[in-house]
Amino acid sequence: MLEIRNLSARVEGNDILRQLSLSIRPGEVHAIMGPNGAGKSTLGNVLAGRPGYEVTGGEVLFHGKDLLAMEIEERAREGVFLAFQYPVEIPGVSNMEFLKAAVDARRRHLGLGELSSFDFMKLARDAAKRVNLDQAFLKRGVNEGFSGGEKKRNEILQMMLLEPSLCILDETDSGLDIDALQVVAAGVNAMRDGQRSFIVVTHYQRLLDYIVPDHVHVLAAGRIARSGSKELALELEAKGYSWLEDEGV
Amino acid sequence: MSELINELPPASVQAQLLQVAEAQSVPAWMSSLRLAGAREWRAAAWPDRRTELWKYTPLAALRNRQFQHASLSQPAWSATQALNVDAIRLVFVNGVFDASASSPGHAAVVRFSDADAQQQALIARHLGHVATTTRHLFASLSNALVADGVLVHVAPDTALDKPVHIVHVAVPQAEPVVVSPRLLVVLEAQAELELIEQFVSDTQEQNGFVNSLTEIHCGAGAQLRHYRINLEQEHMLHVGGVHVDLWRDAHYRGFTLAEGSALKRIDYQINHQAAGASAALDGIYLPRNRQLLDYHTNVEHKAPHCTTSETFRGIVADDARAVFNGRIHIHPQAQKTLAELNNRTLLTSDRAQIDTKPELEIYADDVKCAHGATVSQLDPTAQFYLRSRGLSAIQARSMLSFGFINELLQAIEQPAVREHLHAHLQGLFAEALPGTVTNP
Ligand SMILES: Nc1ncnc2c1ncn2[C@@H]1O[C@H](COP(=O)(O)OP(=O)(O)O)[C@@H](O)[C@H]1O
Ligand SMILES: [Mg+2]
Repeated sequence: MLEIRNLSARVEGNDILRQLSLSIRPGEVHAIMGPNGAGKSTLGNVLAGRPGYEVTGGEVLFHGKDLLAMEIEERAREGVFLAFQYPVEIPGVSNMEFLKAAVDARRRHLGLGELSSFDFMKLARDAAKRVNLDQAFLKRGVNEGFSGGEKKRNEILQMMLLEPSLCILDETDSGLDIDALQVVAAGVNAMRDGQRSFIVVTHYQRLLDYIVPDHVHVLAAGRIARSGSKELALELEAKGYSWLEDEGV
Repeated sequence: MSELINELPPASVQAQLLQVAEAQSVPAWMSSLRLAGAREWRAAAWPDRRTELWKYTPLAALRNRQFQHASLSQPAWSATQALNVDAIRLVFVNGVFDASASSPGHAAVVRFSDADAQQQALIARHLGHVATTTRHLFASLSNALVADGVLVHVAPDTALDKPVHIVHVAVPQAEPVVVSPRLLVVLEAQAELELIEQFVSDTQEQNGFVNSLTEIHCGAGAQLRHYRINLEQEHMLHVGGVHVDLWRDAHYRGFTLAEGSALKRIDYQINHQAAGASAALDGIYLPRNRQLLDYHTNVEHKAPHCTTSETFRGIVADDARAVFNGRIHIHPQAQKTLAELNNRTLLTSDRAQIDTKPELEIYADDVKCAHGATVSQLDPTAQFYLRSRGLSAIQARSMLSFGFINELLQAIEQPAVREHLHAHLQGLFAEALPGTVTNP
């Protein structure tokens, strides 16, 4: 469902991704680990179409379509979702209105009708409950004054409402306590349906105790330096990343 | 008044507008104010770009039209976006009272032309006395043209059971007209009032000039909630002023919102006349296309223990220009003043302009004052965030623009005003912010 071939990308004149290739099949969970600055967030941002991330080579096929040719919002409507490492605060824009606009956009794209306000409210309240976020957060400005953990849960809530086919979670676990981590993991696991795929970027193996990946990759110096099964995560946790360099990978 | 006119070059705007005054017939009890106004107006130097108070706001648009006084018969007009609120409502069309669109009368609200002797005395005592012309030249024109107006008089310890809602509808005429709406509010000690002033126009094709003046006297402990909303469209010329005197422990809470037009200038002059008075004023300005919108506010702290809190936010789009000048003047005797003024402007195009200047003049030492002004552009990260959830670029921009002012809208206490503006402005921003680049 996602085919990344020799993807190279540049940020502010620096080459960050260097001929990165990765193939994801429907229903799979891929964990991406790697040292700070390796390019993990860059990969997510390039896939989501963030301005300022310049693709200098390679291609990305999403359900067979040229993802890199699409506008940001087209990618979202086609089913790409990026849970931000740093979700953005937008004071004055009601979370509820934002969520409804997002869901309506996706539904229109899929040829489904827009939801009535009433039906949408029900859906949103239910999702808020599932990520353990108080209803009051729906009425507030988007992420406005949310704690770090609340912002991350709001990302998962959006993911639940949008029902994307590719979910990219960029360090959604960072800064979460164990309870919040379990909430996030339960949310993700509930959405695993054999079709939907996930890229889970994380520093910590502990998240992978709850979200069990099919594949683990190490991203270093802008490319996939090593891939393996979930045991690779344990090895990384024990040894850090430096041994990869020692091995000359 | 003809001797006054003769001293001016015949083509001048000043002379021309005095000719309008000449043509009016008015009750004798107003003539001294009219004469004083005419003198002042005639004697004033016409503002140009060297005039500090008019530096960024050219009055050329006024010169290019020959104004008549509005006819006394009511022109035809089509219903506009007037607010739907349960209120004591007075509707004026080009300054002419429209009884059919207004609500039944109320003892506390009277037109000058219907005032009895006692009310005439009250009007004479306050009218033209709250307003000062020092920083508001057009108040003298308003005095020169005063013929009718509205008096709202709330007795001591009294609150009206409904808001007072005054609507001014502008309708284009074959010959451009000048309309000079006048409102006098007198709140006696401990009186309370909710007041909504609304200016609208029925079509884009306006050719008139509205010179509005509102004077407010808040007696000791009186409380006023005042909404003043200018939604006239494109070609309207509007110069308006609100002057407020606050006496001991009086509280004024104001909200003002204006869309731009060919020329729109609004002055607020708030005077803390006695100890313990407080004023809070929120304002929103939204010029777009090639419009011009200028807010000047001036707060005089003349007494100790008074408080001012002022927040203005604006969104300037396309080729529009906005001016914001917020002055707070703290006199030597005004110890223990608390004053803050905050102004933020969002520019949504490269060609949009704002001239903003908060001015603090402090002559007392034991005061707490803060002021600040920032100018920003739509946040690219926020735009990306919204689009990454499937919103179009246009939707993202309009949502962010609306969000910029929404905080002030949400703070509006009167539900009808809040909901009306919420819907109106969401619609306005959803018109895709014309002329803006959608996909950078
Ligand atoms: N918006 C940006 N502006 C400038 N440099 C950036 C930006 N985003 C990422 N970088 C740089 O790209 C490299 C990779 O960053 P990132 O993808 O965030 O790494 P990771 O998520 O693996 O920690 C770093 O050197 C970082 O400084
Ligand atoms: Mg990162």
